[in-house]
Amino acid sequence: MTFSETYRDPTLVAQTIQKIHAATRQHWTIMEICGGQTHALMQHGFDDLLPEEIELVHGPGCPVCVTPLELIDKGIAIAQQRNVIFTSYGDMLRVPGSTLDLFSVRAAGGKVKIVTSPIEALQIARSNPDQQVVFFAIGFETTAPANALSVLKAKELNLKNYSMLVSQVRVPPAIRTILSDPQNRVQGFLAAGHVCSVMGYQEYLPLAEEFRLPIVVTGFEPLDLALGILETVKALENNRNEVINAYPRAVIKEGNQSAQEIIQRVYEPCDQKWRGIGTIPDSGWKLNATFSDFDAEKRFEVGDIQTKESEICISGLILQGRKKPFECPAFGTICTPQNPLGATMVSSEGTCAAYYRYQWK
Amino acid sequence: MPSFANASCPLPLRHTDQIMIGHGSGGRMTQELINRIFLTHFDHPQLTLGNDFAAVLPPDFAERQGRLSISTDAHIVKPLFFPGGDIGKLAVCGTVNDVAMSGAIPLYLTASFIVEEGLSMNLLEQIVISMAKTAKEAGVSIVAGDTKVAEKGSVDQLFISTSGVGWIPDGRQINGQSAQPGDSILLSGSMGDHGIAVLAERGELGFTTTLCSDMAPLNGMIEELLKVAPHVHVLRDPTRGGVATTLNEIAQQSRVAMLLQEDTLPVKKQVLAACEMLGFDPLYIANEGKLLVIVPEEDKAAALKVMHQHPYGKDAVEIGKILPREGETPRVFMKTRIGGKRILDTLAGELLPRIC
Repeated sequence: MTFSETYRDPTLVAQTIQKIHAATRQHWTIMEICGGQTHALMQHGFDDLLPEEIELVHGPGCPVCVTPLELIDKGIAIAQQRNVIFTSYGDMLRVPGSTLDLFSVRAAGGKVKIVTSPIEALQIARSNPDQQVVFFAIGFETTAPANALSVLKAKELNLKNYSMLVSQVRVPPAIRTILSDPQNRVQGFLAAGHVCSVMGYQEYLPLAEEFRLPIVVTGFEPLDLALGILETVKALENNRNEVINAYPRAVIKEGNQSAQEIIQRVYEPCDQKWRGIGTIPDSGWKLNATFSDFDAEKRFEVGDIQTKESEICISGLILQGRKKPFECPAFGTICTPQNPLGATMVSSEGTCAAYYRYQWK
Repeated sequence: MPSFANASCPLPLRHTDQIMIGHGSGGRMTQELINRIFLTHFDHPQLTLGNDFAAVLPPDFAERQGRLSISTDAHIVKPLFFPGGDIGKLAVCGTVNDVAMSGAIPLYLTASFIVEEGLSMNLLEQIVISMAKTAKEAGVSIVAGDTKVAEKGSVDQLFISTSGVGWIPDGRQINGQSAQPGDSILLSGSMGDHGIAVLAERGELGFTTTLCSDMAPLNGMIEELLKVAPHVHVLRDPTRGGVATTLNEIAQQSRVAMLLQEDTLPVKKQVLAACEMLGFDPLYIANEGKLLVIVPEEDKAAALKVMHQHPYGKDAVEIGKILPREGETPRVFMKTRIGGKRILDTLAGELLPRIC
């Protein structure tokens, strides 16, 4: 049995789920922050297996979903320009701006290219010196080091034709926003294992203490998810308000310090707009003064574009775990993955998209 | 002194190494191309007659019973050659398989070539040879064809469109509407080999694999299958959109539900690893030589046995069952490996690598 198979072993998962059943005595609302975890929970059919008392709500941790509409409009405006190769992670192409998506730009002759890492975008810039190459640098703490590294390399190489359109968000300020809401229902968090593998989990200690709830660092395989939920339930039942690392094979308390160093060198903290939620203070990163030449918003003068979100969409409430997709009148009727109205339907990791795909009733 | 001793007329180049616009003109260059490349390898008497049509007989065994199965398919693939196949083999297998999914015996194919100006003649010939070889294996004759040459840049190297005709012997009622609750769903082998092999060959993944496309004509195996399991309800090759999308189509056509067992789904380790790196699901990756068989429970064992004896079905397994639908909407469900149940939806659009 290989390493990854161990964490998918149905017997071990079943045993852990048994332990969750044994540990659960009352109703608990637990939020998984990360879109990858929402996707994995649905994909493996966890809803069917957990005790009825455990309610999982799905947090704002899908980077594609929370990227502001106006930034997508800016990306589209840039991608339409003649001398531009616009590079992006694949799932951003489907996300609609206010009138178009990047697919339509590509179909109309725009040079939109899917890449799987910013380093690939950098390569494209090096081999196309007569074109401006822009990378759509979205994501949480997981993508930040690689995105920052590409700018660092571009500066080293003195590349004049590379820039990034940045929407870089951080998890802890989003948790704080959710917990500060008077109507908050979340009693425990699964913290995203990949984010913590970069940042460690020291940032979560003051949150657990201030808001008096457990936060459990959790991985992505079925056994990891089951263990994360088990640790959260045990902590809740025993009234332990602490940060627990249930993903120690990937996460240490301090995180990946060289990755953090790269982030520090290239980015600085900023207030950040989240699609469906609004502006959260100090919740993002932008390029710092040393690297601001690589900011595509400045290079292409698209800073003025302002866009309004759909008024029917309740993705803000869904992202805070206050409503379920089924409670939205637009869900599955006028709002579908082919024609998403808002944040949570746009990416396959969005809560509404995951419900539409796996749980439609 | 001027001399006529070495004078020569500047003869036009013969252009035998690459396709020129003139090769699609219908004139002498076109004839040369047909004779040199196509008729060298496609040798059905109807083709060599040089008519605008092929006049062919129904097969002897038909005895005016049964029906015709007709299908057409255009083939675009990048790159033209990849491990396990090429566009020529694809163009034959694609249409042969579509015709055969009715339970028909494929008989005749036609082929249209849309060639980009400048394509290497040698490359075209290799593709034509591959088509002839695949047609021979499938037991079909290529009886008519056409070539057009498009200006450089207006097509990507070569598109091939093929149409096929087959004979459905009397009594075979195989189509997407016929799945019935209680039937078993069989799959002839591992999912996603073709899609991942082609993606990897494009060199855009940042890694290489030892995978080969599973591309194959399936009519031979289908004939063997129908001998022992004459009551097969549905045959379908899960090409674009993969097994998940194909099963959703059948569920819609037959107005039934399906329940798959995740732990029975065959996937090669390399395909799974590539999919996990890119955020793909093997259930949505294209196959070109796999067969889905929906068959009554009583024929299941015989069907699996005969598939196991065929090279294209040696890894065949039962992956699920047809159920009565719950409510109005036909849906495909899956029992996950850890025992949960979830919906298996249709592929929404282009397969996209996920961010994380």
